[in-house]
Amino acid sequence: MAKKSTAIQRKIRILVAKPGLDGHDRGVLVLARAFRDAGMEVIYSGLLPSPEEVAQMAIDEDVDVVALSLLNGAHMTAFPKVKRILDRLGGKDIVVVGGGIIPEEDKPKLMRLGITGLYGPGSSFEEIVEHVRGRVREERWR
Amino acid sequence: MLRGGKDPYWKRKAKSVVEQRAESGTLYDKRALEQVRKGVKQWQDTVYKEWNDRAPGERKDVQTASGIPLKPLYTPDDVSNADYSDQGYPGVYPYLRGVYPNMYRGRLWTMRMFSGFGTPEDTNRRLKMLLEHGETGLSVAFDMPTLYGYDCDHQRAHGEVGRCGVNVSSLKDMEVIFGGIPLGKVSTSMTINAPATVLTCMYAGVAKKQGVPMAKLRGTVQADMLKEYIAQKEWVYPPEAHLRLVRDLMVFSSKEMPLWNYISVSGYHIREAGSSAVQELAFTLADGFGYVELGLEAGLKVEQFAPRLSFFFNSTMDFFEEIAKFRAARRIWATVLRDRYGVKDKRSLLMRFHTQTSGASLTWQQPLNNVVRTAIEALAAVLGGTQSLHTNSYDEAWALPTEQAVEVALRTQQIIAEETGAPAVADPLGGSYYVEWLTEQMEEEAYKYFDRIEAAGGLLKAIKAGYLQREIAENSYRLSRRVEEGKDSVVGVNKYSKTEKEPIETLKIDFRAQRAQTRRLASVKKMRDETKVNATLARLEKAFEKDDANSIYPMLDAVMQYATLGEIVGVGRRAWGTYREPMIL
Repeated sequence: MAKKSTAIQRKIRILVAKPGLDGHDRGVLVLARAFRDAGMEVIYSGLLPSPEEVAQMAIDEDVDVVALSLLNGAHMTAFPKVKRILDRLGGKDIVVVGGGIIPEEDKPKLMRLGITGLYGPGSSFEEIVEHVRGRVREERWR
Repeated sequence: MLRGGKDPYWKRKAKSVVEQRAESGTLYDKRALEQVRKGVKQWQDTVYKEWNDRAPGERKDVQTASGIPLKPLYTPDDVSNADYSDQGYPGVYPYLRGVYPNMYRGRLWTMRMFSGFGTPEDTNRRLKMLLEHGETGLSVAFDMPTLYGYDCDHQRAHGEVGRCGVNVSSLKDMEVIFGGIPLGKVSTSMTINAPATVLTCMYAGVAKKQGVPMAKLRGTVQADMLKEYIAQKEWVYPPEAHLRLVRDLMVFSSKEMPLWNYISVSGYHIREAGSSAVQELAFTLADGFGYVELGLEAGLKVEQFAPRLSFFFNSTMDFFEEIAKFRAARRIWATVLRDRYGVKDKRSLLMRFHTQTSGASLTWQQPLNNVVRTAIEALAAVLGGTQSLHTNSYDEAWALPTEQAVEVALRTQQIIAEETGAPAVADPLGGSYYVEWLTEQMEEEAYKYFDRIEAAGGLLKAIKAGYLQREIAENSYRLSRRVEEGKDSVVGVNKYSKTEKEPIETLKIDFRAQRAQTRRLASVKKMRDETKVNATLARLEKAFEKDDANSIYPMLDAVMQYATLGEIVGVGRRAWGTYREPMIL
């Protein structure tokens, strides 16, 4: 894949996805709207994609960020899998953030893999949006 | 309603309900009412105004969680149109005041705690524990692979086996879950939708092995596929295929399992997906009417199946709005079934419902506050006249509940039942000016939605176009924004919050369940008779292809031969394909 245009000012393109058998889409739909209202270009994966499909979609859509959400307890397998496949497909520079119901002790492991944010229910949009912007800034200046 | 677009009833009703409210009723004496009207005006201009002038800063724009604007006071003037025949008596049409004449004096609500996790052995132990603690009905939760019809050894099941509920891949697992539990004596609620037909067959299969006849089985499967497309989004096939399976289950159960509640029409998930109380009420009842029409299409008489439809509502934090919602639901159901579907049989008119307190209202911050939230929500359900109740555990914003948390949740119900006096009188809030007025508001708004759904071409079309889903998503965003902007308060989240990492003990599920289940599935496959399995699956496939066949009979045969859940659901995948939802962003 050709290196994407990394103009610092480019609007943030973000893929919002639930990479698993989890139909609880309230959180992602709300977040998608919040990201859109914050001026980002939002792509929603639709329900029930596999981690492989999410990673492929991220590459095809040339996004800056993949925002993953799972509420079903499968984050420790699904999130790292998306990240691994992204890296393999040449998307090492794509920022991966996550959220959902993620116990405290799982967080360090995910963060070591570069999956950050890890917001739980009730987190503020402002905080989440800022986190995404911050990570994209870091990535673009790298 | 289901395949509608042309039924004038809904437009007429939406209009007449509003007009009716504007008329003056007969409950109050005209002159006394005039006095009240004057009195309110005077109170507003003097006492109320002076009070506010002295202490300004009154909250403006007060509204219910659904966004219905509220005045500071309600009086007979607000319900002056009321005619007491609209309210009636418990156990009497329109059932506003409750479905049974003596309500909780005769029998308390069923305390039904949803449980299920890990391996079938784990769930079996938890069910037995709850029975010992005085729980009166069983309830089983399934994991995601089971809900989506995948076996535990399927690639898509990896990491998800036993996480959100118990895993069932074949009849063998159900034999373990209900081992030592006499199925002729308990009632079991199974929260299962897309593969509800398969799980019903498995339950009947376990009973058969225990020597209990199918006709004696009591319990509920959710099997409400309409709300899956609207809210919970756990489907396998396109809507038409799932509705056909629901139809088969209706017909089969009417004949073979007359005590089985084969559809639990669910507002719970619609609410959890972010809807308002009004939307929960309207969409759930619309679904209910949809199933009535489905049954009629299948040639059943309403009297034959309506008593087996039960409802399942959410109870969340806006206390009075929730109570009004429950009351309105009963009155709408009875009214529409009588007026639109011509039902005369009493048992078909009364809406029985289960309630669960709201998972979405729980916060992971300051988790012990959730005990209080759940208690308030549970009380609303009881004052609203629920037939059974599940109370959430305070740690569920984090993970599946620990045993201690489940016990507190059950005790919450027992305290309401035994210590508060709430069960002493039927519909204790009936007659409250505010609650009666709010009940009418909820009704009006619901009828307006029915009209809109019908105008959109009926439920099926509206669902496929994403209309209801979009309505919910928009409301859910509105609610989140209100919290973000501080217009709505959540204690411990946007108010009275503190920096904390309160470690609460949570239930851990490891890969043990996945390994154990995969091993058991392998041994099931080894011991079964492949020729018989294939023969029954082939017959099932034929039944699926023939639209007027009833597929439950061959499905039961397949289950008894230990065909797996994934194999049976897979037959349908080949026959009908899968489904992609409309984009609602």
